[in-house]
Amino acid sequence: MDDLNQNPKLGAADRPNSYIGRSVPRERAKKLLEGKGKYVDDILLPRMAHLSYVRSPFAHAKIKSINTENAKKYPGVLNVFTIDDIEKVCSPWQGVLGHLGEMRSPTQYPLAKDIVRWQGEPVAVVVANKRAVAEDASELVEIDYEDLDAQLDMETAMDKSTRVIHDDLGNNLFWTRTVNQGDVGEAFKQSHIVEEVTLDFARHTGVTLETRAIVADWDSSEEKMTVYHNGQAPHMMQSIIAKHLNLSEGLVRIISCDVGGSFGIKVHVYPDEMVTVAVSKLMKRPVKFVADRLESYSTDIHSRCHKILGKIGVNDKGKILAFEIDDLSGIGPFSVYPRTSAIETNQVLNLSAASYIIPNYKAKGTVVFQNKTPMCQYRAVGHPIAVAITEALVDKAANALGMDRYEFRKINLIPDNSYPTKTPSGVPLEDLSHEACIEKLEKMMNISQLEKYKKESLAKGKYKGFSIINMVEVTNPSPAFYGVGGAPISSQDGASIRLEGSGAVHISTSITEQGQGTEAVMQQIAADQLGVKIDTVRVTHGDTDATPYGGGTWASRGAGIGGEAVLKASRKLKENILNIAAVIMQSEVNNLDVQNDQVIRKDGGEGISLKDLAQIVYYRGHELPPGTNAELIATASFSIEGIPFVFTNSAMGCLVDVDVDTGLTKIEKFWAVEDCGTQINPKLVEEQIRGGVVQGIGGALYEECIYDEMGNLTNGNMADYLVPMAYEMPDIIVDHVTTNSGRSILGAKGAGEAGTGGAPGAIMNAINDALIPLNTEVTSQPITPEKVLKALGKI
Amino acid sequence: MSNLNKTTISMIINNEDYNDLNVETRQHLGDFLRDLGFKGTHLGCEQGACGACNVLVDGESVRSCLMLAVQANGKNITTVEGLNSSEMEIVKDCFVKNNAMQCGFCSSGMLMTTYEIVKSNRKYSREEIREMISGNYCRCTGYQAIVDAVEDSLNKINVGV
Repeated sequence: MDDLNQNPKLGAADRPNSYIGRSVPRERAKKLLEGKGKYVDDILLPRMAHLSYVRSPFAHAKIKSINTENAKKYPGVLNVFTIDDIEKVCSPWQGVLGHLGEMRSPTQYPLAKDIVRWQGEPVAVVVANKRAVAEDASELVEIDYEDLDAQLDMETAMDKSTRVIHDDLGNNLFWTRTVNQGDVGEAFKQSHIVEEVTLDFARHTGVTLETRAIVADWDSSEEKMTVYHNGQAPHMMQSIIAKHLNLSEGLVRIISCDVGGSFGIKVHVYPDEMVTVAVSKLMKRPVKFVADRLESYSTDIHSRCHKILGKIGVNDKGKILAFEIDDLSGIGPFSVYPRTSAIETNQVLNLSAASYIIPNYKAKGTVVFQNKTPMCQYRAVGHPIAVAITEALVDKAANALGMDRYEFRKINLIPDNSYPTKTPSGVPLEDLSHEACIEKLEKMMNISQLEKYKKESLAKGKYKGFSIINMVEVTNPSPAFYGVGGAPISSQDGASIRLEGSGAVHISTSITEQGQGTEAVMQQIAADQLGVKIDTVRVTHGDTDATPYGGGTWASRGAGIGGEAVLKASRKLKENILNIAAVIMQSEVNNLDVQNDQVIRKDGGEGISLKDLAQIVYYRGHELPPGTNAELIATASFSIEGIPFVFTNSAMGCLVDVDVDTGLTKIEKFWAVEDCGTQINPKLVEEQIRGGVVQGIGGALYEECIYDEMGNLTNGNMADYLVPMAYEMPDIIVDHVTTNSGRSILGAKGAGEAGTGGAPGAIMNAINDALIPLNTEVTSQPITPEKVLKALGKI
Repeated sequence: MSNLNKTTISMIINNEDYNDLNVETRQHLGDFLRDLGFKGTHLGCEQGACGACNVLVDGESVRSCLMLAVQANGKNITTVEGLNSSEMEIVKDCFVKNNAMQCGFCSSGMLMTTYEIVKSNRKYSREEIREMISGNYCRCTGYQAIVDAVEDSLNKINVGV
């Protein structure tokens, strides 16, 4: 069939059913507003028992004994398990992958075995008829600990005198990598100006409003394990649960219903979740575990925790000659399974300076163990560190040369006409638009007006500053991300689409929904490509028994990879429909099209509704000539080939007011111009950017997991751990440049990471711009009022 | 610990009578409502910080995790499932139109706060709306779409005219 003839042009909004590119409201959103969303904690099963975990109060201690007798006697308690019971049905794991050089992480058991290594590590589990009863009885589990020295500070992790967390490893090093392109030493010598800075990024976490939750239901008659899990990657969990519980993978079913926020937090394998599945198998009944908020803070993966030294060399014309970084990160006592805790640092090395032409680049990353909550991938993995160090140095170099920061960037950005090319670290780049984005941003921000506003404010004793930054964003990863390293994580996604007897269209997709609008996006693509009204289309997702195999939703891959699979499946189905219609209507296929749920004749004349066509196929097949291919279902899959990731790019800026008496920063305005290629639903793209920016603001100004010198997490609750609230947040102005990805027909890239990746650098640079007249700077995130006042010498 | 006090209470929930319910004195209203099947009440923190569990008690927005079920004895409770006045239907339409929710976990609490804003029957600036919803966490949207939806609702409901 002639593709050009039959398939509608993308983005042509003037034809019937052209949904791609329109801000169609999310059809299922109303359900969430009626209280009819179905989250894991809403699930009730017959005979379901409830779990409560007994967790380590120490950062590092030997377990001398565990006595569960009193807890077992507590009325309502069904059983209490320790590692001795659990390891009979659940094998341990190791958070290492094979494709990024040597990773040294020890075996991790589902419950602590002999030694606890972070405060919050699960040690025992109480099973009871009610959650409250399980919690009561948890207090009766007696554990005798012998306290060990805790290794908390990443900067002293490799000192000879520091306690080694895993004796077998000999030291506290998990992973290290270096990148060396060109000759930075020589280039720094030739530089007119060399600037340096060291930045700190505190540990923070994702704070999904719905905590982690899992219901496991072992059916011993069928040997089938059904798991309701609020995760992001059902097929990954299917494979991992089957492997570690020694089950037949085909008999493990993962159902992810509505998920109350994920942000990367819910894509990892957690010991307490694996134990929950193990308990269901041991007790042959459904069991539920829902983390409470205190457990979330001490056991959800933490992120960031970096100290990075950066150095830039530029010539007298303002061209960057050399860029060097040295990054140190602390990841807790284990590398997290199965994605590992090396990826954030790896991305810092890949992404630093990635928007600019840099002939000489050197980067070193060191990742060490600590007795703190395990650290792993959270939204915008590595991006905030890479962007902040790059943009801080770019501002410093421009200021040292006395050049306008915008002009300095323009002469160093990778030009829009130079793709394909590579990052300074050597990663392939294509289809980007830094110049177009920054030019659009400059107009939106009106930089000359901002300079004037800054000067006028300063005259009144007000310290205002603004920033303008560039970044790339990793989206749509290929097999190079995890699969190549040995993890059971699909880079491919699938879609199956069928026309039903009613004329309705049903999609099954391996992409899951956590609120981004997956369902709406898939409906739009299918309706657009098939030529049907959008309310004709329904979507099933988040069920390994009911959807094609695939990776799920993370690394901003849903629209670009899963959406392409829906597009391809829709085109196949349409081809089938037209071929059947050609037989029924006795017409040439090329004379037919589908519009508004009808097969029409392009030259006029009577058409046939999809409902009538479907009913002939399903109910009155005898009316079709023998041998007619009457399949009203089509399946397709898609994976990125040829490059590691599909990069997007953005330019962002913000205007801040720094109160030099209180140290408080107020963000007056925030602007973002992003290029995610084809926007399937511009409203949803903008909301990804805005929500992302606000999470980035959280990291920049408020969020930190604060530990004391004993390794106690001191602010692990929602009152003491600050996140952005409505009153402090600015309106965020978003605009777009569109450079389609050449890797797919759809041309869509991701949009979920950009805001979180870019905002911390944009805010830090704006604050430091405001502080220039006071001859000081801030270099540590979160940039709290205390740190600002310290920088000002006031405290 | 094993001899937990129980008390018999009655209340009206979403205009229906619930009589002679035997509850543990220590159970908070949020857990109590969820146990009764009102799953639209979401528990985000159980310490009164996040606002996801807000319900109306005699028409006032209350953190259901900070109120014991026994304290609600004799009261009139509205959960998100019962938030269906004509004004609130307009509010929900405005939330959909503005995409003022992503994951939906904060939405029931956010709607309770919006109910109070609408009930006050006056217009507010965006800054005032931001202040009024600042007792509700939302981790997905960045809040702007929610401010848009509340503003839109106040215009559509024609408050203060």
